[in-house]
Amino acid sequence: MSELIKNKDQLEANSGNEETLSQSLLKQGISRRTFMKFCTTVTSAMALAPASAILMAETLAQTRRQSVIWLSFQECTGCTESLTRSHKPTIESLIFDFISLDYHHTLQAAAGHAAEEARETAMKDNWGKYILIVDGSIPTKDDGVYSTIAGITNLSMLEEVSKGAAAIVSVGTCAAFGGLPKADPNPTGAKSVSEIIKGKPIINIPGCPPIPVVITGVLAHVLTFGIPDLDDKGRPKAFYGESIHDRCYRRPFYDQGLFAKGFDDEGARKGWCLYEVGCKGPVTHNACATTKWNNGTSFPIQAGHGCIGCSEPDFWDKGGFYKSLPQGQWGSAEGIAAAAVAGAAIGIGAAAMAKSHQKTSGEESS
Amino acid sequence: MSLLDFARGPAMQWSLIILVVGVTWRLFGALLLMKKKDLSKAKVESTTGASISTVFNRFWPKPQFAAQMSITLLLAYTMHIGLFVVVFLFSPHITLITDMTGLSWSGLSGGVVMFFGAITLASMIALLIRRLTSPVLKMISTPGDYISWLITALPVLTGLMAHAHFGGPYETVLAIHMLTVELLFIWFPFSKLMHAFLFIPSRAKLGAVFGRRGVKI
Repeated sequence: MSELIKNKDQLEANSGNEETLSQSLLKQGISRRTFMKFCTTVTSAMALAPASAILMAETLAQTRRQSVIWLSFQECTGCTESLTRSHKPTIESLIFDFISLDYHHTLQAAAGHAAEEARETAMKDNWGKYILIVDGSIPTKDDGVYSTIAGITNLSMLEEVSKGAAAIVSVGTCAAFGGLPKADPNPTGAKSVSEIIKGKPIINIPGCPPIPVVITGVLAHVLTFGIPDLDDKGRPKAFYGESIHDRCYRRPFYDQGLFAKGFDDEGARKGWCLYEVGCKGPVTHNACATTKWNNGTSFPIQAGHGCIGCSEPDFWDKGGFYKSLPQGQWGSAEGIAAAAVAGAAIGIGAAAMAKSHQKTSGEESS
Repeated sequence: MSLLDFARGPAMQWSLIILVVGVTWRLFGALLLMKKKDLSKAKVESTTGASISTVFNRFWPKPQFAAQMSITLLLAYTMHIGLFVVVFLFSPHITLITDMTGLSWSGLSGGVVMFFGAITLASMIALLIRRLTSPVLKMISTPGDYISWLITALPVLTGLMAHAHFGGPYETVLAIHMLTVELLFIWFPFSKLMHAFLFIPSRAKLGAVFGRRGVKI
């Protein structure tokens, strides 16, 4: 990881002779106040020291725009939508002023061969320096034929583009852990980026979709301070270090044993804990409860629905969104009944054998 | 598959199957055992009353032993009542039982259950110390008794840890808690823990045998 951009000097070395970001932002009419607000928001969201905001601002201002190639594979575009579909221009959108997004299906103007040329040019000009962002899982079954771009399988494209990347950011649960395409029975043999690419720094930003400020925050951290501290699943600890449950405003109800039993009962109306209606907050690590969504307006639990655990691996195959954690997958009543019948049969057999043995012993002794 | 997925999935399913097979096996096997013909003349017409009274009067020691057994009795009742509260009055446990049986009832707050869990564990430790320090109890104890103690105590301990978010990431501690419960399910039918099911028929049988002979117990 240390090979990646670690400081301002490296960042400058990573780009060509373009204007610095501060020059670029000024041209676009973005004030220093707005810029500082972005840096402060990102650093505070990542629980960095207060001085880091100034350092981030200074570093970003002097940085030349970082080349970024964004590959979209088996995905729904929800991750891109999350980043771009704000109700008004937000600080999240500023990230596009900090990076040179050289290739992105949804956002680029070019199409067809021109689009692929843009990718190849970006790779050639920034070999070993660009950041590769991936959203979507990669189909690997039957040589990856289930998803292609310009006749190139996602698998081949990922392997090729990742070779020249300084670091890879897997945006969304599909890229990070396989996500929905990997759900049982996984017909396309979908895999995550980290299952395919080895030997490169990979940052996972899971979520279905991830929170916009988490995406931009991590990218800003990579641009300024390098790779952030990651947990055992490759997720930045700053955003994924705590569970939803730890920060949930309904947590006191959990502690008091006050639970909604349905989505329209008295408990639900009183805002009690949604644990018993399937909330996966206690085992889900994400920042929803703190950063929230839609400019900090709300998050699923606040809207009355339990957390579905979308930033965890295989969240789709954990026995149902409305099945609570302790319920587990214990089988079926028929299965338990069959076990009882089997046990009774063994017991009756054992008793019969004991009777037979007692009779035989009795006859022998008499 | 994560540890929690394993604990919530295959481990839960198979441990429950082993529990049900084992319990029904032991119950049918014991209840259908051949009764030896008693050739003596019965002193009473019916032993039903003696059976029923023995089931209940054994909940408390005879007056002459009450003082001697008071501490043990207190600890044993504390442990059993505590276990009952922890197992049947903690909302997440009720949720599981509801899912399996359709039966539902109100639970206690997490803090109250934590209190009962703590005193259950404390009473279990005290009972273990007593077992280890009493020459008679030590002599009659088998390795199975100590294993039963451990397998019963572990779910209580890990449950307290999970609820307090102590000892590691919640999902890991929760998974360990579930696995210890599943270990209890597997061990239960083949150990003295079966007394939870067998204490009633065994007391009734004892009452009937002594009742037939005209012995008051």
